[in-house]
Amino acid sequence: MNSMVDKRFELADQSEFDADEVVRPNISYWQDAWRRLKKNKLALLSMGVLLILFVMSVIGPSISGQNYTTLMPEIKNLPPDSTYWLGTDYLGRDLFSRLWKGLRFSIIVAVVAASLKVLIGCIYGAVMAYLGGFVDDIMMRIVEVLNSIPYLIVTLIILVVLGNGYLPLLFALCITNWTSTARMVRGQILKLRESEYIMASAALGASSGRVIIKHLIPNTLSLLILDLATSIPYIIFDETVLSFLGIGLQPPAFSLGTLLSAGQEAMAFYPAHLLYPSILLCLLVLSFNILGDGLRDALDPQLRD
Amino acid sequence: MSSHDILEVKHLKKYFNVGKHELLKAVDDVSFTIKEGETLGLVGESGCGKTTCGRTVVGMYRATDGEVYYKGQNVHKLKGKDKKAFNKDVQIIFQDPYASLDPRMTVAEIIGEGIEIHELAKTKQEKEEKIAHLLELVGLNKEHANRFIHEFSGGQRQRIGIARALAVEPKFIMCDEPISALDVSIQAQIANMLIKFQQEMKLTYLFIAHDLAMVKHISDRIAVMYLGSIVELADSEVLYHHPFHPYTEALMSAIPIADPKIEDSRQRIMLEGDVPSPINTPPGCKFQGRCRKATEQCKCDAPKLTEVEPGHFVACHLYNK
Repeated sequence: MNSMVDKRFELADQSEFDADEVVRPNISYWQDAWRRLKKNKLALLSMGVLLILFVMSVIGPSISGQNYTTLMPEIKNLPPDSTYWLGTDYLGRDLFSRLWKGLRFSIIVAVVAASLKVLIGCIYGAVMAYLGGFVDDIMMRIVEVLNSIPYLIVTLIILVVLGNGYLPLLFALCITNWTSTARMVRGQILKLRESEYIMASAALGASSGRVIIKHLIPNTLSLLILDLATSIPYIIFDETVLSFLGIGLQPPAFSLGTLLSAGQEAMAFYPAHLLYPSILLCLLVLSFNILGDGLRDALDPQLRD
Repeated sequence: MSSHDILEVKHLKKYFNVGKHELLKAVDDVSFTIKEGETLGLVGESGCGKTTCGRTVVGMYRATDGEVYYKGQNVHKLKGKDKKAFNKDVQIIFQDPYASLDPRMTVAEIIGEGIEIHELAKTKQEKEEKIAHLLELVGLNKEHANRFIHEFSGGQRQRIGIARALAVEPKFIMCDEPISALDVSIQAQIANMLIKFQQEMKLTYLFIAHDLAMVKHISDRIAVMYLGSIVELADSEVLYHHPFHPYTEALMSAIPIADPKIEDSRQRIMLEGDVPSPINTPPGCKFQGRCRKATEQCKCDAPKLTEVEPGHFVACHLYNK
């Protein structure tokens, strides 16, 4: 060996070559997804905006301390000043407070309706995929029939029959939205059921309960989170459209849609009344959409497998 | 059934309904036995029903007709405790190491699943020790236990799949093309590892593949499948040097020889035409449309698998005298 000593080379330290011994932290699926999401600056920004909107929707109505419920015609349509930061509306109520209060209801309706939609769709889709055959056929036809009716008509009928209010509105928004989740979950579970790792689990003797808890749910969860994040902006829109048309929430309850509707009536003389809720709505929906896109990139199984 | 047979397959059939009045005969009347400790290779073209046959044999698919006996018990009629014992004894190694491991689980969870189901470890610590031991056995490091599947290469994943199968201390493993999805350089490693485990743990293999050279290396006996039926079954040496069935002859002539002088004189038998559809197959020998030696008899009579020499079975009219 010594005869081969060459000044240009030096012996490497063998211990550094033990690549397997290199310890690095183990990253779970969710940590990895979070790391990926953090790289997306736009998504982080939208998360920040959403956080601010959430906080403001909670504390906003009480910040200015001004009245936003009782009618005070003597101070109607005031321009912005130090008492009424954004002015008052056509019935003399503080616009600033009303804006955040309306946002709060819009967010509540959207989050609750989207969660319900995902839950119902998930259960329905899972039952379809699990039972299969005849039952699957019938349940799938029901979904197709529901999909073929224009959602506005369904919503109108429900609101006419059940009356206006939060619960009928939530119900109407769920009824018209859950079918897409059901289809998606059905497809995913049918795909998973044929997958080799589920087969391997069955070959090991796993019970169906075990297969569901250990394999089906973890592999469907990210899709559901994604579905939730992407359906929230659509439901906000739906709710706004319904309230704008006057078939959603009825006074004294109000949301961004009702504010928009009132703003539209006052548009010719007080364009700001339409502008404020519009900006808020755009911010909210845009943030949810960007966050949804970011989540899709972070959670997409195709990018990972 | 002799006392050394661990698995006996009798007239196994697996048909799939594909549309009205159309049957896909994926496995059509297949019979064979596997002796304890041996490797039976199952070869054939893509789509000839090898995988379906293997999966039906280990009870993953319900058989349309016929029986499979594992240690004297009908595999398709097992229930409760017997079923669980069968699941512990009989394992599968899958072809695609990318699809056969759950992407949401750590390596330890994947390997530990069988240990949990069959309660093979009393304490958590014992389970961890077992997993570490299995990882070392298949040539991985115990540091890998907490990692996720996407951090591994194809060869490493297949090792994890093998460790999962070995975790429940099986007696019989159905290897469904375990090496065909891997890099050639990795194939030999995995194949040799499987041979080593067989000797050390007295395993029995049903080895499905289409790489003829690899099958010869691994198998004691080989069954050749064509369109859902076994056309020839013999000891691997015999089959490679003296194939009887015209289809086997053609297959064997396709194996390249590593000696250039002999390779030059190798006569390749080219098969004409494609494999016919397995849907609504006509009567007669399934191979007759592509067979060089087909006669009138082949068009109407389906030949049966018969023993023409001790231990050498052929389904061809030329030899069924």
